[in-house]
Amino acid sequence: MTKADLVENVYLKTGFSKKESAEIVEMVFDIMKNTLENGEKIKIAGFGNFVVKDKSTRRGRNPQTGDEIEISSRRILTFKPSQVLKSAINNDEED
Amino acid sequence: MTKSELIEQLMENNDVLNKREAEMSVNAIFDSIGQALAEGDRVEIRGFGSFTVRERDAREARNPKSGEVVKIPAKKTPFFKTGKELRERVNVG
Repeated sequence: MTKADLVENVYLKTGFSKKESAEIVEMVFDIMKNTLENGEKIKIAGFGNFVVKDKSTRRGRNPQTGDEIEISSRRILTFKPSQVLKSAINNDEED
Repeated sequence: MTKSELIEQLMENNDVLNKREAEMSVNAIFDSIGQALAEGDRVEIRGFGSFTVRERDAREARNPKSGEVVKIPAKKTPFFKTGKELRERVNVG
């Protein structure tokens, strides 16, 4: 599924025009990106949480050469799926 | 930010939407992604990231309280990989 398919689904589920649906989808992801960029987490009930985490500098290895390298400190984004989403994905398997 | 704050923000950015419509739109987005994943589909949102389903093998673990060995069956779990644009924006902050 791509963003275009998502726009199609919003169009079918809401009845807005395709143009409006595309604008809405674009806006929702823009809002989310701006929020996460500011280091703020996003909690979507029934879906999951997007959390920004600070990672400190650590030692690592280049898996190809085995050379030890320093991995610089950075800020990363993680997604923690909700129980609802995890169940939805697993129940499907039993069908 | 919670889902209701996301809905509020969407209404502020798009002044033709009323609250019910903004709510319906946000729900439609996350419901669609969830449904696609439940069907085993991969969801890719350019600039944001991609959602995939990963298989976890069955394993044996211990109940930390009783020390008993419990069998955990194989299961599927949703996985999110941050897109390049968002990864860079989050890191620069």
